[in-house]
Amino acid sequence: MQPASSTPPRFPHRHLLGIEGLSARDITTLLDMADEAVEVSRQVEKKKATLRGRTQINLFFEASTRTQSSFELAGKRLGADVMNMSVASSSMKKGETLIDTAMTLNAMRPDLIVVRHHAAGAVHLLARKVDCSVINAGDGAHEHPTQALLDALTIRRNKGTIHGLVVAICGDILHSRVARSNIILLNALGAEVRAIGPSTLLPAGLERMGVEVFTDMRKGLDGADIVMMLRLQRERMNGSFVPSTKEYFHFFGLDAEKLACARPDALVMHPGPMNRGVEIASDIADGAQSLIREQVEMGVAVRMAVLEALASHLPNQ
Amino acid sequence: MTTRPTPAPARKLLLANARLVDPATGREEFGDLLVEDGLIADFGAALRAARPEGATVLDCRGEVVAPGLIDMRAFVGEPGAEHRETLASASRAAAAGGVTTVVCMPDTNPPVDEPAVVDYLNRRARDTAIVRMIPAAALTKGLAGREMTEIGLLREAGAAFLTDGARSVTNAQVMRRALTYARDFGALIVHHCEDPDLVGDGVMNEGELASRLGLHGIPREAETLMLERDLRLVRLTGGRYHAAMVSCADSVAIMARAKSDGLDVTCGVSINSLALNENDIGPYRTFLKLSPPLRHEDDRIAVVEALSDGLIDVIVSDHNPQDVETKRQPFAECADGAIGLETMLAVGLRLVHSGEIGLAALLRAMTTRPAEILGLPQGRLARGAPADLIVFDPDEPFVQDPADLHSRSKNTPFDGARLQGRVHVTIVGGAIVYQRD
Repeated sequence: MQPASSTPPRFPHRHLLGIEGLSARDITTLLDMADEAVEVSRQVEKKKATLRGRTQINLFFEASTRTQSSFELAGKRLGADVMNMSVASSSMKKGETLIDTAMTLNAMRPDLIVVRHHAAGAVHLLARKVDCSVINAGDGAHEHPTQALLDALTIRRNKGTIHGLVVAICGDILHSRVARSNIILLNALGAEVRAIGPSTLLPAGLERMGVEVFTDMRKGLDGADIVMMLRLQRERMNGSFVPSTKEYFHFFGLDAEKLACARPDALVMHPGPMNRGVEIASDIADGAQSLIREQVEMGVAVRMAVLEALASHLPNQ
Repeated sequence: MTTRPTPAPARKLLLANARLVDPATGREEFGDLLVEDGLIADFGAALRAARPEGATVLDCRGEVVAPGLIDMRAFVGEPGAEHRETLASASRAAAAGGVTTVVCMPDTNPPVDEPAVVDYLNRRARDTAIVRMIPAAALTKGLAGREMTEIGLLREAGAAFLTDGARSVTNAQVMRRALTYARDFGALIVHHCEDPDLVGDGVMNEGELASRLGLHGIPREAETLMLERDLRLVRLTGGRYHAAMVSCADSVAIMARAKSDGLDVTCGVSINSLALNENDIGPYRTFLKLSPPLRHEDDRIAVVEALSDGLIDVIVSDHNPQDVETKRQPFAECADGAIGLETMLAVGLRLVHSGEIGLAALLRAMTTRPAEILGLPQGRLARGAPADLIVFDPDEPFVQDPADLHSRSKNTPFDGARLQGRVHVTIVGGAIVYQRD
């Protein structure tokens, strides 16, 4: 247990590139800090000075509204100067390579770079080329560590613990970085993790990643404490991976009837943005068991915690 | 023959003095068979001693009583080409040929690629057909080979299996995903293995005869490459797979290896590939232009042996009605296909009479095996099984006159052929739907 004190607990990593490589203690440290950040964000005066004078660059090669604004708000609440760079306005469009972009930004002496990229491994590549701390905000179908942390925070605050819970992750596991980060994190904290989806959306070897695999949603939801839905990209629903949205919803969409297979006190989560009527029925998304809006609030808190934890490694502190 | 689509079954029907042949067990005995409420209530020699009261008696005069045939591959023109064949006309041809269950291919207009079309066909069959007609659904939308159909919903609507009918799915990624996806639903994928690029302009088996006739050939590899690919994808995905028709010795060897490796795969053979070879094409007879094409006699012998060994699971009619306009063309320009529902039993019996295969083995490939593959309760003589039965004389000789056929199209390769073996009575669900005096 970390003593409650004004100095942030020790987090032994310079970057946050993924959940992979974090210990249960690292994760718990971040969640404890995030709990404090929730309190800060609920005050009228939401600003801290932890990152005063620091520069945070949000470098998004893939469009994102909620993750980018969440990181922006988190940085600003900690007092950092935040700059958003999106690919539409960047020189990548003019043919610059990822490494050149990284070197250019590095020359501007930022303290923290938050990166999202469509290619798995791109964030790791960039982290090797810059001097500052790098946070992975999603790289391809690889990892999205802050999403997994905010999901864990949401679960912990509602269920008291993560250890021993049955968590069913449902939908497009194949293309999901959220699923990968969650599988690693939930396993590290002792949850029983299940993956549910049609076989076309399940990656090879999934059963060796610490999950029990189901292709029948009702069976997979039986006894679940947490039902975590994933977004299904529109271009994957028209016969390539799944025949149609109609068929997908029929067999894998979360509706009241399927949710009834889970425990009566089961809670429903979704990383957003949702496709109502595709992976989740509207009444469930807005229903009493839904934590979806709370996840968004936890997102800001978790990102504040991550920024603070990494800032403790910055030079001159 | 009765004209009512769904005649009310007599509550009790006794098939007396019959040679009972059960392909499921290979057992044969002389006795009676009692049908009650549409099901087989009892059968055997013992039943003759204690005939039940109040049953309508049908004297079989020592003829064979066997399960009705199950044909996994018939093309019907409904909807879209009713001038070639309707569910009603196909069912009358089937009944006359002893076929009591027909799986209809999805190559219609519109194709059977949506649950609503499956539902429509099931209702049409219920209202107009005199045998059981089950639609197969398309594997890909519009049979275009690009996007998989609603496999789960089509199965729930009652589709027998998924297939693109006469077309091959050339894109290996599409086939892989379809096999993977279908596995979750326990759905069977049936595939016509014929690489269209290798077929090219080919119209008959590649070889000396094609060269002499001046026709472009179709190499056996058009079939074997596709079959090999599919079996490797089955190995990768664990899907359930049935090769619609194998036509050559190489394909038999490929299937043998896959089966001995324990893959969940089965295959069929067209009745035409068992009974005919490329020489039968003779003077450019267009009714013998088929897909897969008739092969060499060595291939025919290989598929007959494989059938006898049980390596080939089922015999299909590959019934494909074509009208005069599509067949009365130069050989290279006419449509593929021949009708077969009405003649498949008599043509199959040719192999029995020539000593190439036993009667029970022939019937097994036309009844029990397709029933097992499709998960149907019929196709065997068993108490409680649906009373889908045929009474036939395996020896009765006749000359096939196309004018006698019930199919709307008359493109039979057996016009004028001397055949042996005639169906006298066909019973579906306990009701006599066909009777020849």
